[in-house]
Amino acid sequence: MSDYTWPDPASRPLLGKRISRVDGPIKSSGRARYTYDYNPQGLLAGMVLRCPYAHARITSIDTSAAEKMPGVKAVQVIQKPGTEIFWAGDEVVAVAAVDERAAEDAIRAIKVQYEVLPHFVSDAEPPANIAPTSGPISQDDFEDMEGNQVPDEQVVAAIRQNGISFHVDDNYVKELQGYGVDASVIAALRAAKYAEAKGPSSPYKKTAVQKQGDPDKAFASAAAVSEGLYGASTITHCCLESHGMASEWTSDSDLQVHISTQNLSGIAPQIAEPAGIPAGNIQVLQQYIGGGFGSKFSPDRWGIATVQLSKSAGGKPVKIMLDRAAELEVAGMRPSAFARVKVAADNNGKLLAWDSRSWGTGGMGGGGTPPLPYIFEIPNQRKQHVAITTNQGSARAWRAPNHPQAAVITMSAIEDLAAKMNIDPVDFITRNLDMTGPRAKIYRDELPIAAELMQWKQNWHPRGDKTSGPVKRGLGLSIHTWGGRGHNSDCDLTIHPDGSVEIKMATQDLGTGCRTIITIVAADTLGIPMENVKLLIGDSRYPVSGASGGSTTSGGVTSSTRRAAVDARNQLFAKVAPALNAQPEDLEAVNATVRVKGDPGRSLSWKDACAKIGAMPLTVRGKNPDKSKPPDLTNSGVGGVQMADVSVDSETGIVRVNRMVAVQDCGLVVDVKTAESQVKGALIMGISYALYEEKILDPVTGRMLNPNMEFYRLAGIADIGELKVHMMTGKGYDERGVIGMAEPPVISPGAAISNAVANAIGVRVPFLPITPARVLEALGMA
Amino acid sequence: MKDEDPSKSDQGSGLSRRDFMKLSGLGIGMPLVLGPTVVRAAGEDVVVHGPGKLPISLDVNGRKLSAELEPRVTLLDALRDNFNLTGAKRVCDRGECGTCTVLLEGKPVYACMVLAIDAQGKKITTIEGLAEGDALTPVMQAFVDHDAQQCGFCTPGFVVATTHFLQQHPNPTADDIRRGLSGNFCRCGTYDGIRAVAHGKRADGSAQRSLLHAREGGES
Repeated sequence: MSDYTWPDPASRPLLGKRISRVDGPIKSSGRARYTYDYNPQGLLAGMVLRCPYAHARITSIDTSAAEKMPGVKAVQVIQKPGTEIFWAGDEVVAVAAVDERAAEDAIRAIKVQYEVLPHFVSDAEPPANIAPTSGPISQDDFEDMEGNQVPDEQVVAAIRQNGISFHVDDNYVKELQGYGVDASVIAALRAAKYAEAKGPSSPYKKTAVQKQGDPDKAFASAAAVSEGLYGASTITHCCLESHGMASEWTSDSDLQVHISTQNLSGIAPQIAEPAGIPAGNIQVLQQYIGGGFGSKFSPDRWGIATVQLSKSAGGKPVKIMLDRAAELEVAGMRPSAFARVKVAADNNGKLLAWDSRSWGTGGMGGGGTPPLPYIFEIPNQRKQHVAITTNQGSARAWRAPNHPQAAVITMSAIEDLAAKMNIDPVDFITRNLDMTGPRAKIYRDELPIAAELMQWKQNWHPRGDKTSGPVKRGLGLSIHTWGGRGHNSDCDLTIHPDGSVEIKMATQDLGTGCRTIITIVAADTLGIPMENVKLLIGDSRYPVSGASGGSTTSGGVTSSTRRAAVDARNQLFAKVAPALNAQPEDLEAVNATVRVKGDPGRSLSWKDACAKIGAMPLTVRGKNPDKSKPPDLTNSGVGGVQMADVSVDSETGIVRVNRMVAVQDCGLVVDVKTAESQVKGALIMGISYALYEEKILDPVTGRMLNPNMEFYRLAGIADIGELKVHMMTGKGYDERGVIGMAEPPVISPGAAISNAVANAIGVRVPFLPITPARVLEALGMA
Repeated sequence: MKDEDPSKSDQGSGLSRRDFMKLSGLGIGMPLVLGPTVVRAAGEDVVVHGPGKLPISLDVNGRKLSAELEPRVTLLDALRDNFNLTGAKRVCDRGECGTCTVLLEGKPVYACMVLAIDAQGKKITTIEGLAEGDALTPVMQAFVDHDAQQCGFCTPGFVVATTHFLQQHPNPTADDIRRGLSGNFCRCGTYDGIRAVAHGKRADGSAQRSLLHAREGGES
């Protein structure tokens, strides 16, 4: 039986080393071609007319003038008169023209009339007297629960109690199984009562009170109770490459699609129905993607419009890429979450009780419930959440959905309690690690490492920097967790008789290093240089591999590649063994040779060995998961600790990050270099949402006030301070297998920075982003 | 006194008087919109281009590239859509993000903020013109070595900006870097690597090295 286990440290020529990403040169030289760069002969420019009102009904559309304009090749009404529009920027009409100027002129010539309806865009604290909502669970709410890793038994109980407002067919079940949803949950869905969803008569949807233990008694007996207000505002994904897609009908029944997507294998099934052709007739292509962060799983309405526009234009390629305003207004949003929290501890500093009344908006889609309290299983709890429906583009999964918000609420409340009890927060969290479940040991390993890198003991002071001068300095910390089990992944690995190796997989590299880790695993297993491995991804005609969401790609693609490479190597050994007068199991592939273990004199070069394959290349299929080929090569559940060192100017309210420290576990690290880059990138993205980013909606017009990159501010190179990253590796970590890590390190920065600001200035700035205005307000100076 | 020289009232377009005469000559046998027209405004003759297409010729990476473009077409769109030079990216399209950075007469500009018609007669260098063939410039190689890129969409703009920055600041301080490279945004968070590139550090953090051997296309 073949051994698929990850090799031990002594036999890993490439795995776990520090290797430059394989697509680095093509990117840094500007030769990488993204969907936005797709520019074939005869390409038509597509453009979308968007609704200027946050809530309206379309009463009439007149496209006649646009249709007659020179250069206009197709006009497609996306939403017909009579349709109710629920957010500003929603798609109404699309056009295709010979160039963008012609398309822009055509858009201006279209006349749409609306009946403007009242809108609601506020996610301020809901009134106290609203009643809890009962009713069936929507698909959004269900997927939020799964995304939030709500325990299976709670999901099952909620489905049984409330019923569901969506239909569960075999395809959906298959999809859920693909994401690793537990059988008990799927069974509950299948057995659930179906009920029509009730229309949103109120924008507020209040959950029932969730209670555990005896919170009243616990608060009454507590040694210390801290109360506070915390939260994080809505932000956007702001992918630098906006969403977009190009379609070309290559025959009456064949469609070729270029799309900026995190879900290459999952796009054709979503296009097949509107295109009216079998999914197998749709080829989906993407080599490079300029950011996704959870917002690019679907072809979206504008993508489907390109399919229809191309058909109307005789099959010519039509491309629509969103402009920046649309990208920020409709193509991605992270739900807000705010909470009034009461948290208590006993006189040993052990967490005793939690009470939270939380609220937030995910736009029209409702939005997730933050998993409160985050990480800590506090024995006595009472919590209630109000989801606010607002007239704005629906929330999309934003890197670690709901976790950053839950972290900022929970870790801030706990830090405030520790401050009240005069306990160093590192000590306070350490005392309560037994409430963190299976990750306790990881945090116990990580906290001292982070404290050492931050020189916490030397630099930490009790709340409020007492030194003179307006600039106050402080430290803060937060911990986080995430699943990250590898997704379903198939790949074909071919060894050619000339020694070249080729891997095909319909996956995508978001800039995470996906190409690099696949190549490392194959080359490491086959004992050949990475240059010998040609990796082909980004084409839906290759074997199916999962969507890149939930940090599932690294575990998935490395597992399928490892199994394929081991099988291919063993088949090669069987062909080569007679020539070396050995048994196949006595052979090893090392340093570009195939040789007899313990007798390196009996060897063939890789090329000569591959010549024994015969005339036809050898191809094997690798899969994940694959119970027939144990062990499980991936795993779920990572832990991380982060600390921030900030300076706050108490006169101007400006916060500067001096240093950030991240200690992160992700099981077996395949490439230390790209893994560290992921963590640093997450720290920077975290600094950005902690201090600068906010999707600001105008209550009067219901429109986003800052749909551009001047006022929707990202962190720049001057804003990031010094970053230190430590990856947990070696015993206790490597043997867990490969676990994805794109999301976990982006969870803690907001909380760590908020805590550092509180430590510096002595008061809590309740909400992210921590803008100068909010700092001054917290200081009572606004 | 009346100024009859149209090139004097047309200083922004980069058209010389000779170009203007050529264009006017073309106009005889072509639709009127092709050539500029002269109108009286505020007592002066003013040359008006467009709104239709007119022949535009650009000096890009040492090559002369021509196309018929409307005057409202930006340099960025001309490079990307007409000349298939897609290294410069379009992200904000209004001078906020730096992903479309190119060198104009050796100086970095946001190509989305320059009209193609105004870039005529000037030396334009894009990311594609920095390197010879598939070879990487030292700055590009340093971006690889320091893993100063993830999705890579901001990378070409940063490489162009960093190349020029290092020509101006061969031994930059941390503050020089903060100021000098603040004109570009990255969403994945690759600034730490870019900072290391600008510091001229080796990937292992050790000695300095010069990154100034880039083919300094467009440097005046």
